[in-house]
Amino acid sequence: MPSWIAGVAKGAASIVVTLLGLLAITFFMGRMLPIDPVISIVGEQADKATYDMVYHRLGLDKTLLTQFLLYMRDMLSGEFGEALFTGNKVSVDLARVFPATIELASFAIAIGIGVGVPLGILAAVYRGTALDHIARFVGLLGYSSPTFWLGLMGLIVFYAALGLVAGPGRIDVAYIDMFEPQTGLLLLDAAMQGEWEVFGNVFRHIVLPGSILGYASMAYISRMTRSFMLEQLGQEYIIAARVKGMSRWRVVRRHALRNILVQLVTVIALAYAFLLEGAVLTETVFAWPGFGRYLTSGLLAGDMNAVLACVLIIGLIFVGLNLLADLLYRLLDPRTR
Amino acid sequence: MKTWLTAEITTSAFHARAQRFYYGWLRLRANRLAFAGFCILVGLCVVAILAPLLAPEGSNEQSLALRLRPPSREHWFGTDELGRDIFARIVWGARITIRISCLVAVIAAPIGLAVGTAAGYFGGWVDTVLMRLNDIFLSFPGLILALGFVAALGPGIGNAVIAIALTAWPPIARLARAETLTIRASDYIAAVRIQGAGPLRIILRHIVPMCVPSVVVRITLNMAGIILTAAGLGFLGLGAQPPTPEWGAMLSTGRQNMLGAWWLAAVPGLAILLTSLAFNLFGDGLRDVLDPRSE
Repeated sequence: MPSWIAGVAKGAASIVVTLLGLLAITFFMGRMLPIDPVISIVGEQADKATYDMVYHRLGLDKTLLTQFLLYMRDMLSGEFGEALFTGNKVSVDLARVFPATIELASFAIAIGIGVGVPLGILAAVYRGTALDHIARFVGLLGYSSPTFWLGLMGLIVFYAALGLVAGPGRIDVAYIDMFEPQTGLLLLDAAMQGEWEVFGNVFRHIVLPGSILGYASMAYISRMTRSFMLEQLGQEYIIAARVKGMSRWRVVRRHALRNILVQLVTVIALAYAFLLEGAVLTETVFAWPGFGRYLTSGLLAGDMNAVLACVLIIGLIFVGLNLLADLLYRLLDPRTR
Repeated sequence: MKTWLTAEITTSAFHARAQRFYYGWLRLRANRLAFAGFCILVGLCVVAILAPLLAPEGSNEQSLALRLRPPSREHWFGTDELGRDIFARIVWGARITIRISCLVAVIAAPIGLAVGTAAGYFGGWVDTVLMRLNDIFLSFPGLILALGFVAALGPGIGNAVIAIALTAWPPIARLARAETLTIRASDYIAAVRIQGAGPLRIILRHIVPMCVPSVVVRITLNMAGIILTAAGLGFLGLGAQPPTPEWGAMLSTGRQNMLGAWWLAAVPGLAILLTSLAFNLFGDGLRDVLDPRSE
């Protein structure tokens, strides 16, 4: 058997185990509720018959293993059970809220890449200078600040005091009927339909939360870019190219940057995954009707079904993006073949 | 004292240890940013210890006549929607932050050490099972996993600590395993084994002590993230409950009035930022000091 088949088989097996583990953890979380799930649905006044009916409907009279298998069936079918606080299937709710988060996270990652990569390169090329120190400090601040607090301060300064950006939400109510949402990504929808006034309004809404989330991923991306770049710049082929008379920036662009691209792609995939975590808090601050806000509303409503489905999905996306990063690495880097 | 600390020949184990400590201290001092982080953390501990002196009125003294006052000479950081002095609440809140970080470290470090050293020492299927479990826990972002656990356990500081600790042990376990793998092959372990020491004794007496320094560094570096997670849980109403002066919870209640009273949001957030920044700076410096390769 060729070694790559064994490799793929091993990889697939480990993915299956990880998936089972994710399911087991969220299942276990759902079972360690200190309150009786039946009472939380029917209330304390319910009579024995009602109690038994709900008890039976929730499947609590079955063995733990059967319950786990049923839970797996629900999750793997892609419906993720019913969200009690909206009355819909979780999958239906998620299809509605996900585009908002995707739009926010993509806006943020664009800033993270657009600022983070050049900043990291500059910091590496001008290592030890004031520029390097500033870049590292800006990154460190991004690492250390609570993103939800940056959101609150941003609202105080840029919305309340200066009036430069729009407040919470994705779009002003007045604009909602002016165009047809198609993709659910409002910036894209407005641009495709030539509604530039709507586009401007949506942009004024997204720019603050997007930039704040983007700052966090910029901190990560610039730090990694700097260390990858430093590693390359210390190699002998760089010196050789310089000795041959190539200009400094030409060497950086043609040689060093090209060699770190693969590593950068994996870092960016991971940064995107971390954005989902940041989105939970940022969306709460900005009343952004996306995935994170759905999760926190579920929390406030005490709807464990919805919460656990969201936790599971974030875990799945996290694993998926890690896997993607790994695959890209193998695909793009000839040395791993 | 100084000649004793810098003497070229050490006279006892204690002497040698004191010297290592002294040189480490000098290296930490030389790293200005790390030292700044260290000073902030010491300052935080001092503030927490002296809380009864700095804010003798306590954290919940209300005076509704003085609601939402901006920072002034009497109230350095202003007052909140119930007329409570924000400075006093920040000071008492330092105790909560320190308690949360210490408890998480005390719970997560032993779990991580136990899992990591066991996996590394025994190898084979023990290693496979434990590291798989580790990977599964690592495949959730920290805040999300903690959020799920607190949602299940119910809100409160105690449950938040448990939840954060459950998310904090995997990186430690991974580190302890890597260290154990290198230590296991060394001659002195073989020597104790020939003398008849059992696995438990070898791990506890001879492997764990060797892992401790790197585990301490890792915990310090991770502490910044742990504090941010704790604040995030508090902000979502899952951690400390009002009127506890936890900084994240203060942000969450201050949010309602923040557009007219910026200090409600600015001050607790700055406290969180400063603490997590200090841990990041200090952790970086500590890594340089304790990493033998940097000598």
